Amino acid sequence: MSQVVHTGAEGFLHRYEGLKDRLPGARLPWLAALRARAAESFRAQGFPTRRVEAWHYTDLRPVTQASFDEALTAVEDDLVLPAAHTANRVVFVDGRLRSDLSSWPTMATVASQIGRIEGRVALPDEPMAALNTMLFEDGMLLNIPAGTDAGVLEILSIASESVRPTAFHLRHIVRLHEGARLTVLEVNQGPDGTRYLHNPVWQVEVGEGATFTHARLQQEGALAFQLGSIYATVAAGGTYDNFTLNAGGRLVRNEIHATLTGTGAACHMNGAQLLGGGQHADTTTFLDHAAPGCASRQTYKTVLTGKSRGVFQGKILVRQAAQQTDGYQMNQALLLSPDAEMDSKPQLEIYADDVKCSHGATVGELDADQLFYLRARGIDEATARSMLVRAFLQEAVEGIADEALRGALEAAVEGWWERQA
Amino acid sequence: MLRIQGLTATVDGKEILKGIDLEVPTGEVHAIMGPNGSGKSTLSYVLAGRDGYEVTGGTATFNGVDLLGKQPEERAAMGVFLAFQYPVELPGVGNANFLRTALNAVRRGRGESELDAMQFLKLARARMKELSMPEDMLKRGVNVGFSGGEKKRNEVLQMALLAPKLAILDETDSGLDIDALKVAADGVNALRGPEFSALVITHYQRLLNYIVPDRVHVLMAGRIQRSGGKELALELEASGYGAPQAA
Repeated sequence: MSQVVHTGAEGFLHRYEGLKDRLPGARLPWLAALRARAAESFRAQGFPTRRVEAWHYTDLRPVTQASFDEALTAVEDDLVLPAAHTANRVVFVDGRLRSDLSSWPTMATVASQIGRIEGRVALPDEPMAALNTMLFEDGMLLNIPAGTDAGVLEILSIASESVRPTAFHLRHIVRLHEGARLTVLEVNQGPDGTRYLHNPVWQVEVGEGATFTHARLQQEGALAFQLGSIYATVAAGGTYDNFTLNAGGRLVRNEIHATLTGTGAACHMNGAQLLGGGQHADTTTFLDHAAPGCASRQTYKTVLTGKSRGVFQGKILVRQAAQQTDGYQMNQALLLSPDAEMDSKPQLEIYADDVKCSHGATVGELDADQLFYLRARGIDEATARSMLVRAFLQEAVEGIADEALRGALEAAVEGWWERQA
Repeated sequence: MLRIQGLTATVDGKEILKGIDLEVPTGEVHAIMGPNGSGKSTLSYVLAGRDGYEVTGGTATFNGVDLLGKQPEERAAMGVFLAFQYPVELPGVGNANFLRTALNAVRRGRGESELDAMQFLKLARARMKELSMPEDMLKRGVNVGFSGGEKKRNEVLQMALLAPKLAILDETDSGLDIDALKVAADGVNALRGPEFSALVITHYQRLLNYIVPDRVHVLMAGRIQRSGGKELALELEASGYGAPQAA
């Protein structure tokens, strides 16, 4: 008996055809129709190749050449969860909510019931978002009422061990009404020995004067692919703060689209990429200033060892209406190995005439003068290098006000560095 | 005792030190004077172990131990301290963290116990008070946004904390006003004693009014051309360095 193995886009489309009557919400006409549209979009586009400008530096062939199965739902599993960073934590295993392992604040509405997201699921143009829409099974719906401070919530995604490569597509929908506040620590982990694809999509809507702080700890397993996307809109006076630490995974893309839609909205995107071995990590941001008087700040730092490769693409679009825009973007990379590579592509597209926008990019090695200065004070070379690498990352981490969050990120940085040494 | 014999060194393939012979007995402070480009800074970097300064011949020992084969941090642990002409800025490295890491590294090297954060702060605050340094300099990044005078003071603070046996001061006076110069000199003079030696490298005689040397050496064209007592500094100030003597 022979079995046809489907790879690439065809594999996922094949899976969708086979599963579509059994996917969560299959009997909801609106969702079935949305998935069908997503499938059409994904079929038309396929996985992006390097000929697509936005994917010029990231080659998805390791993903498209693999064949993925649906993760099996383990009934009795011996799953070992990492320690929680916050009092409330929601756990997803292989893309499915585990309510038995989760707790969440009462003021937030958490729903894995697909029926509650009617009218809230968007279908962005990008193929990875289409893939997610076509196949997502679960995710969070965080709907924070006006004037409510929902505190800090950890969202853990964990992949279980599997012999066959698996794929899952979490879909999170976050809406903060006027003046609401929420902090999310998103932790992504998985076993080092399992090849899997995690393709999360976040839809974020920050209302007037609301603040959403979103810290992401990407520590996927060593063979994992993570291709994640965030689509955020920020209304007048609202703030979206994103910090992403890219430390795990074999091939990673962290794509963030943020649109500032109301006067005085703000968006901060900071991040650090810590790469070694043969890792590839790509941070691609698109900041759309669509309203006047908005501010955006981006600081990304990448440290590369081994044969790793880092990518930063950052576009700031300032529309004609967006007078008095204050935009800043800085992207710096530290190459600790001659075989590592960093590609940077900052882009400014400005149609308003009264704006302040700046961007900068640097790629360099550890400074020999700084290293010698530390060693001349008795500090051994390994410690001196570690001090300078941490100092390099400091600027990206120091903006995080929440101590639990900052602690978690600093511990992750520490852990990464120890593994390199 | 610091003993340098026939020391030759190149930078980028160019010979800068052409056979230095110099002895600084324990307990003495020696000055090295000379015009720009004579090799003064090269000598200090070679003694501290900076990459890119290649020793091509000769020896340098400190208390009988070979210096030149050692890593910079090993030399620091032996008690060698270089006060930089241009102290390096370390953005993102807090001054307190830097000073404590350095102090504990050197203490470990000497077989002494490490200081915890409280013990360190107490010591650092006391030393800073002596040097008229504002306490917030501990919280700032190392030398980041410091004025020229503050950077040199920070060098003196490091020297005071690490308590070296041999201090090499590379043009510590450059860019300093008279008050800062006195602070730097006081820092060196406070360490003077039977176990402490210093090599004060300077272009001008002015600093030597405050750090009075036991001996003065003139370095020109990569060699010590003359040596004398402290009065030699005054003579050089009056008459200049003149032409280097033929070998």
